[in-house]
Amino acid sequence: MATTRLIMKSVRSLGKIPIRYSSDIAFVPSQADPSFGESSKMNLCQAINNAMDIAMESDSSACLFGEDVAFGGVFRCSVGLQNKYGKDRVFNTPICEQGIAGFGIGLAVCGSTAIAEIQFADYIFPAFDQIVNEAAKYRYRSGNLFNCGKLTIRTTWGAVGHGALYHSQSPEAYFTHTPGLKVVVPRGPIQAKGLLLSCIRNENPCIFFEPKLLYRTAVEDVPVGDYEIELEKAEIVKEGKDITVVSWGTQLHVALDAANVAEKEIGVNCEVIDLRTLLPWDVDMIAKSVNKTGHLIITHEAPLTSGFAAEISSKIQERCFLRLEAPISRVCGWDTPFPHIFEPFYLPTKWRIVETIKKLIDFQY
Amino acid sequence: MFSQFRRSFIPTCSQLSSMILSENSAFMTVGYCNMASDFRINEFTDKYLNRRKAEFTEKLEIFSPFQQATIPIYRVTNSEGQFIDPNYDFDFSKEMAVKMYKYMVTIHEMDKILYDSQRQGRISFYLTNTGEEAAQIGSAAGIHDDDLMYGQYREAGSLLYRGFSIEKFMHQCYGNAKDIGGGKQMPIHYGSSEHHFVTISSPLATQLPQAVGSAYAFKREKNGRIVLVYFGEGAASEGDAHAAMNMASTLKCPVIFFCRNNGYAISTPTTEQYGGDGIGGKGIGYGIHVIRVDGNDLIAVYNATKAAREIAEQNEPVLIEAMTYRLGHHSTSDDSSAYRHSEEVNTWHQKDNPIVRFRIILENKGWWSNEEDITYQKNIRKEVMEAFLNAEKVPKPNILSMFDDVYKEMPKILQEQRDELVEHLNKYGKYYPMKNFEGS
Repeated sequence: MATTRLIMKSVRSLGKIPIRYSSDIAFVPSQADPSFGESSKMNLCQAINNAMDIAMESDSSACLFGEDVAFGGVFRCSVGLQNKYGKDRVFNTPICEQGIAGFGIGLAVCGSTAIAEIQFADYIFPAFDQIVNEAAKYRYRSGNLFNCGKLTIRTTWGAVGHGALYHSQSPEAYFTHTPGLKVVVPRGPIQAKGLLLSCIRNENPCIFFEPKLLYRTAVEDVPVGDYEIELEKAEIVKEGKDITVVSWGTQLHVALDAANVAEKEIGVNCEVIDLRTLLPWDVDMIAKSVNKTGHLIITHEAPLTSGFAAEISSKIQERCFLRLEAPISRVCGWDTPFPHIFEPFYLPTKWRIVETIKKLIDFQY
Repeated sequence: MFSQFRRSFIPTCSQLSSMILSENSAFMTVGYCNMASDFRINEFTDKYLNRRKAEFTEKLEIFSPFQQATIPIYRVTNSEGQFIDPNYDFDFSKEMAVKMYKYMVTIHEMDKILYDSQRQGRISFYLTNTGEEAAQIGSAAGIHDDDLMYGQYREAGSLLYRGFSIEKFMHQCYGNAKDIGGGKQMPIHYGSSEHHFVTISSPLATQLPQAVGSAYAFKREKNGRIVLVYFGEGAASEGDAHAAMNMASTLKCPVIFFCRNNGYAISTPTTEQYGGDGIGGKGIGYGIHVIRVDGNDLIAVYNATKAAREIAEQNEPVLIEAMTYRLGHHSTSDDSSAYRHSEEVNTWHQKDNPIVRFRIILENKGWWSNEEDITYQKNIRKEVMEAFLNAEKVPKPNILSMFDDVYKEMPKILQEQRDELVEHLNKYGKYYPMKNFEGS
């Protein structure tokens, strides 16, 4: 595990070797709520850094820890924070994910704000027992005598072009089946900063997935001040009347791209919704949209079977049965491990989404 | 003649050449070696070995684990309750000593009554503390009342020592409306924020790295508190134990790891649990202070824990391995005669019982008598029985409280599920055991 990551770092540090990117994402910048004040251009990792800076500034109990966070982190999300807040608040741990999660729970049990980093979402599984059996159930099992609400676990997430099996995963569905957790995925810098601050200040254990493909490529005018974006609330990113498309993270941008193609080539007007919080999720907004459009497509990078799209499909089918004009469709990663050289064929591309939009609109019964 | 000279010259020249080369080689090797060793010794000492003096050796030696001295077992008294050192300065006050003894007897009586109640189907599960009372009471007494405790499950004595009432133990085991845990966990999964005892959970060893995180929080707050975390020798085989000890060491946390080595993890003897010098033998490898103690010697456990706390207070972790024996079955779901001979249990029970050992000390001091013992046992049994019978009469909590505390607030989807159950019970309630629950 550590060796694999060392190789990963080595490859990245060798500037002369060209990195092949086969995932071409057209990032679609958003506009921040003007009430949030003055903005500055930031990419995703700068927005994350800014969020943690604000969190640590406003809460003297807040600590940030994990593998390699001291020097700024392998994606540079914690640059400058140890210098600013001290070695006792921003520090490296031994290489041990179950230890990082358990340690974070212990900090939170005593009232400290714990921001734990798991270097890649693919390596969160050694901490699965601490997260699912412990963090999620802490308050419940103690009758609210104890809790670890001040724990946030942030981790990098999603495809990156060449990450293969262990640097590309989207494990959110494993955790959405666990009552007691909140699961959050932002689509860009503005969203990331606001949602991360909400997670850190929320009094429930939160898992915050950061789309690593967007760390440097996604640039937006991000409000520089302190602001929070509400958890458990989806956002309509593009209004439309014919079909609802739901996604989150990097894939949200693929959905937007597909929506544009569908408009130009098929004449279909798509409503695109960013789910943002997967647990607990915003059933009402999705249902309202589907009641308007009569069609639903859900798309995510994670494999199809038991992916979170299944949960959305089932609930919307229950809620909007009389309004659905075609079967709900899921456009997802195939049920294989995430491959290296086959990434372009694995990912649910905009063309697969366009194809599905066409099928749903043309559906006859 | 010339031909002869030439033939003899060549070997001579070769030999000379070889000698010169060899000499040069040796010279360079020696010099290089000295220079290299100097810088590397410092690097290894300062960084790799955490300031332990590094040195090279030309002796090829692979260290055997049996070569290291076994960590000795600290004790103050022997199995017969006699001080090993006749001049030992026993500085317990009578009040404190008698109180500790009474707590051990109370746990023992509570165990008997609750064990029997499970056999009668009145509670679903129970797990006794029999044989490990001294380890629990001694360690609890060795730290401060506001130090935080994390348990495994066989530490009810520590919580009792903290002042948790007999009634509250009963309420938890029954999962009734007075259970401060809300009836959500199996019996013996106690917790109390008031007594700084973190609620117990079943997954083994998960509390260890959590304890380290809490200790780090205390260190940062500079509040003078430490954390004491209990675990069995079986739990020490979990990956979380490795995580915890390593992190406690590198992050320099004020934590005491207290291992109850009672010889068994359910049916698995220690010979199948580890191959090293017990659990104590692991501590040195992580850079953690270690003491092994006679877990059936209350005074020794107390002394060790008290001394360990003074070290932990300096932000240095300590590991205490208390050697004891699990006299009872693992739990009410276990019949230990299936894997160990009753003779083994009887030997420990008769020859090295922690309660008996301490009673002898009290009697020899003239602080306790046989009459007082009989009276106390009778009184405490009555008190426990009374609490037991009262707890049995308390109804179960409101059914809808099963939806509380999943999150701090109740998400809409959970509210809807709760309402769904209400509607269902309104129609089909007669098919459910409603009458035992409050508000039905």
